[in-house]
Amino acid sequence: MTAYVLKRLAFVGPLLVVISFLAFVLLRLAPGGPFDKERVPASPEIEKALRARYHLDEPLGQQYLRYVGLWWEKREPGGWRRVNGGLIVGDFGPSLKYRDHSVNDIIAQALPVSLSLGALAFCLATGLGIPLGFHTAVRKGHWDEYAGSLLALLVICIPALVVGPILVMVLALKWQWFPVALWGGPWHAVLPTLTLGLYFAGRIARLMREGMLGVLPSEFITAARAKGLSETAILLRHAFRLAVLPVVSYSGPLLADLLTGSFVVESLFQIPGIGVFLVNSALSRDYPMVVGLVVLYAVLLLLLNLIVDVAYGLLDPRVSYE
Amino acid sequence: MKLARSAPECNAGALRHFRAAVRDRGGGHLARTPWWNAVQAPSRGRSFRSGRLAFALLGTLMLVACRGPNPAADLVIINGAEPETLDPALMTGQADLRVGLAVFEGLTRFNPTNAAPTPGLAERWEVSPDGLTYTFHLRSHAVWSTGEPITADDVVYSWRRVLHPATASEYAGLLFYVKNGEAFNTGAIQDPAQVGAAALDARTVRVELQNPTPFFLDLCGTPTLAVVPRQTIERHGDRWLSARPVPASGAYCLEAWRVNDRIRLRKNPRYWDAANTRSEIVDLLPCVNANTALNLYTSGAADVVWDKNLVPGELLDVLLRRPDFHSYPVLGTYFLRFNVTRAPFHDPRVRAAFALAVDKRRIVDKITRGGEQIASAYTPPGVPGYDAPVGLSLDPGRARDLMAQAGFPGGRRFPACDYLCDTTSRLHEQIAIELQAMWERELGVRVTLRKMEWKTFLVAQRDLAYDLCRSSWIGDYNDPNTFLDMFMSHNGNNRTGWKCEPYDRLLREANAQLDPARRLALLREAETLLVREAAPIVPLYFYAGLEYYDADRIHGIFANVRAEHPLRAIWKSPPAGRPLAQP
Amino acid sequence: MNEARTSRTAGAQEAGRPGASGADTAIPLSPSRRAWRAFARQRAAVASAVFLAFVVALICLWPIAHLPAISSYLPEAITWSPTALSEAQFTPPSLAHWLGTDVHGRDLLSRLVSGTGISFLVGIVGAGMSLLIGVLWGALAGYLGGRWDSVLMRIVDILYALPSIVFVMVLMAVAEAPLKAHLTRAVSSATGEWASLLLLFIGLGSVSWLTMARIVRGQVWSLRSRGFVDASRALGAGHVWILRRHLLPNLAGVVIVYLALTVPSVMLYESFLSYLGLGIEPPQASLGYLIADGAGNINAIRTYWWLVVFPGGMLAVLLLALNFLGDGLRDAWDPRSIGQ
Repeated sequence: MTAYVLKRLAFVGPLLVVISFLAFVLLRLAPGGPFDKERVPASPEIEKALRARYHLDEPLGQQYLRYVGLWWEKREPGGWRRVNGGLIVGDFGPSLKYRDHSVNDIIAQALPVSLSLGALAFCLATGLGIPLGFHTAVRKGHWDEYAGSLLALLVICIPALVVGPILVMVLALKWQWFPVALWGGPWHAVLPTLTLGLYFAGRIARLMREGMLGVLPSEFITAARAKGLSETAILLRHAFRLAVLPVVSYSGPLLADLLTGSFVVESLFQIPGIGVFLVNSALSRDYPMVVGLVVLYAVLLLLLNLIVDVAYGLLDPRVSYE
Repeated sequence: MKLARSAPECNAGALRHFRAAVRDRGGGHLARTPWWNAVQAPSRGRSFRSGRLAFALLGTLMLVACRGPNPAADLVIINGAEPETLDPALMTGQADLRVGLAVFEGLTRFNPTNAAPTPGLAERWEVSPDGLTYTFHLRSHAVWSTGEPITADDVVYSWRRVLHPATASEYAGLLFYVKNGEAFNTGAIQDPAQVGAAALDARTVRVELQNPTPFFLDLCGTPTLAVVPRQTIERHGDRWLSARPVPASGAYCLEAWRVNDRIRLRKNPRYWDAANTRSEIVDLLPCVNANTALNLYTSGAADVVWDKNLVPGELLDVLLRRPDFHSYPVLGTYFLRFNVTRAPFHDPRVRAAFALAVDKRRIVDKITRGGEQIASAYTPPGVPGYDAPVGLSLDPGRARDLMAQAGFPGGRRFPACDYLCDTTSRLHEQIAIELQAMWERELGVRVTLRKMEWKTFLVAQRDLAYDLCRSSWIGDYNDPNTFLDMFMSHNGNNRTGWKCEPYDRLLREANAQLDPARRLALLREAETLLVREAAPIVPLYFYAGLEYYDADRIHGIFANVRAEHPLRAIWKSPPAGRPLAQP
Repeated sequence: MNEARTSRTAGAQEAGRPGASGADTAIPLSPSRRAWRAFARQRAAVASAVFLAFVVALICLWPIAHLPAISSYLPEAITWSPTALSEAQFTPPSLAHWLGTDVHGRDLLSRLVSGTGISFLVGIVGAGMSLLIGVLWGALAGYLGGRWDSVLMRIVDILYALPSIVFVMVLMAVAEAPLKAHLTRAVSSATGEWASLLLLFIGLGSVSWLTMARIVRGQVWSLRSRGFVDASRALGAGHVWILRRHLLPNLAGVVIVYLALTVPSVMLYESFLSYLGLGIEPPQASLGYLIADGAGNINAIRTYWWLVVFPGGMLAVLLLALNFLGDGLRDAWDPRSIGQ
């Protein structure tokens, strides 16, 4: 297992290099630059100076190397010195839109908030979804299976755009149980978590249900029943472990998406997370921020996929290395 | 299989045997990798006990960022978009400018009631008879929030910093009215000492202007010309605003700034007028969603909302009837640009026809609904002493005649043309749909709508790759020049391709004029050319400032055309009989 | 033999009915025929298919109601054009406008019908594109195995990490003007107006093929490990023949199921794009656009409920139907119910 983990980790470095380069180049293909505004500066020299200040007038390859930190400049008094910062020391550069902050600053401020919200939503999704899926699979054919399945499907079919404002209107404005927006104490977290997590609770319930329905007819379950094991023991100890595998597989990318924030929920509840930053930075052509967020997401995704695969192996004794 | 004896043993044994059997057989459907697991599968292992650890980690994570601001603020204002920078030399957005004005002050400052310039850091000044030289005398007890005195050198340093090409300040154009300002900025002059701002002694600044500029005192009140702390900038460079404390020359100090969360300002006790600063702690919140802003205001989490983009458009008819909703005209215009370099809009008759076919009243009544005034001229009303000319109003009959004269009777054979709008607000799209219907109905012309995201839109506008596009302009200072000089032939903000030598001449003459009445008359003549004769633009309506605040409890906010509400004058009185309740 | 019967019974149990179908004793049916029969036994899935067919028919027949010859015989409420403005702004559902009107006085019913059509188109074409690219990619990766498999799947991993919103935005910003110019020149200016819609299809399709590729690759890999591929190779079959005759038919089930489940996710993603302002160009409307617009209307003071309820309800019902359909297809095509 250690060898497997190490092999996967060894892949992370080169993958990140490729991903960061692609992200670097992708946004620059779009027309417009970070400093284009409705008001054009009074002289074209100002714009040139601005672009020169952030090295946007250099060739693309040079900009990328400078961004990574593998660029050397001649400095007085003589000699070559590596440029400050760079990706190899974990410095994502200055933000071109929020000029007083660096990308690291913004991520350091905003990521914990998104992590909290994402973790809470994940707990809600699994806490609601797994029992619901389990229950609907076990009670197949009864009315509560139909009701449960329908409920799971229903929450998948209504987008968060609609769920969020309705929850705010009913729970926060009308009954005043929760605050309407912003991020502060635990009460602020309830509505955003519900808005974000309900959809995924439905998805997980359906995956769990499929997993259970796939495992229940297996031969070893039949044999265990024949041996006289109690139904609860069969379901919880034997069937559950295998049935939860698709959920585990799905959790990797799901967690990566949740932990990097959701644009809709964060802009609706004005939560200071990083979810809004990806879209807004792309729209404002804030190149370093976009690359930084993409690298962050890629790191999270690769690590979480690895964790999920390890968990998969721990749960399912049948699978083996290829 | 072994015979069953006791349940657990036999089951474990049976399962082990089963697993072996399954493995040996090669599995069949049991060993098939399920379709949802297309990733490489790892090895087998023991039972999974780290679930508890994971939950513990998650729990810690949950509590990590659940914190609120420490002491409650006296005033919570929703400021609009998140400020991009708080460096006065670099800021351009309205949200940035409001915070900048609170933290950094210039030679003059704005009167809250009418946004007129009043003495700020300069207690008095003299103007030479030809209007070209201003001598400002700074206050003797003006100090930074960290204690150092504010000297004339600081003022000169700040202005030179704005003009320096390396700073790349986008509003440096405001200082081009100063002698050699433009030359220094473009690099024609290398020596900053030649710029017409000099410190005569520790308390006196002499400014020499290029032309008599009647609005120069307005300019001195803008954040671009505010005084910035030289030592901090020299020590910290680009990141000087991250240093704590940031020396403030204005009424408030920047205490905390969390991006997308809030900006917390605390009263600067060393401000020269600190006795009249009414609120101790002010929180400025960013918000992007109009309904969220309304909800925050309704629930009491925010006291003031003062960004007109944060008002839900479809509720405006209800909101306008509420006493805590305020609408007043501001210095801003929403207009359309024509691309006059391309057929068919190179023909002024076609442009005039399109302008005459627009029912501005319908747009203002049905779509914007904020009590805006329809625009006939380009310069909004409210500029003292200026009487704007009458432009082209609704006249569909004449529009059709003009189209026929231009060779497109009834809209036949009219080439395909497109109208560009951007995605920053639903309003632009809604107005575009109305305009498209109007032109189709009145002129028989089908205009295609093209919706582009903001930066792509700016590039298309700049490169003149459009036929019609949506535009707006907010005045920088209270004078028609801020609206009119952008349409000079070589001004970068023109973006219509319209070049008119008589217009340029009129504006240059006006700006060299000393006599205010004659100057305004020349400007009026130029504007008549702009909106009536050549008409490269179609002004639609003048903006209205839309703000929520309870006038019984929030004091110090006054309606003025610049929508300037200096924070120092605003304060909140507690509700009758109750202490200030904070959610 | 044993396995076949066990799994067939298991499959029949899956379908929720006791196993007396006559398939045991008669000539064994082909997997496809058996799958369709299993499908026909699922009430919810069949009902959904019928409903979807009804919606598609409604969308196709709707423009006929606007023909002058016919429209005079029909009630006024169903003859409104989706782009005709009127003075009746924000009217609630009434006899003249069955679903109410929006800010421009446009009738919501006609906009809903045309919007559903566009959303369907977007969903199906987007899913179809993802199918095309994803199946080819995944099948190649799974079939070739070894280093090729590694490389192809790593490319999928890399593309998965890139933000799709940036890609869609860049695609639409860069390609819209040239594509429109090209279409206007090559076909007609009316076709040019569809350029942005076409780009939306391409954009949505190109971000949803990744998961499909992963799934297909896993499926092909597991099919390969069954040994009949090696047997065919040993018998002298060419690669293309194997792909066509052995692998793709076995993939059909998984692919169809996934297709039915991708359409909802593409439609939801399109509604997210409309929320950002990047989706359909006015005056066309899609269901996602109507929902994004309507969701912006939800507030505590006065909500124009018909602008939210009807588009949202339509989307919910459509997605429910598509999900039921997908479920039914998956249960019918479950490899365990098809003989080994």
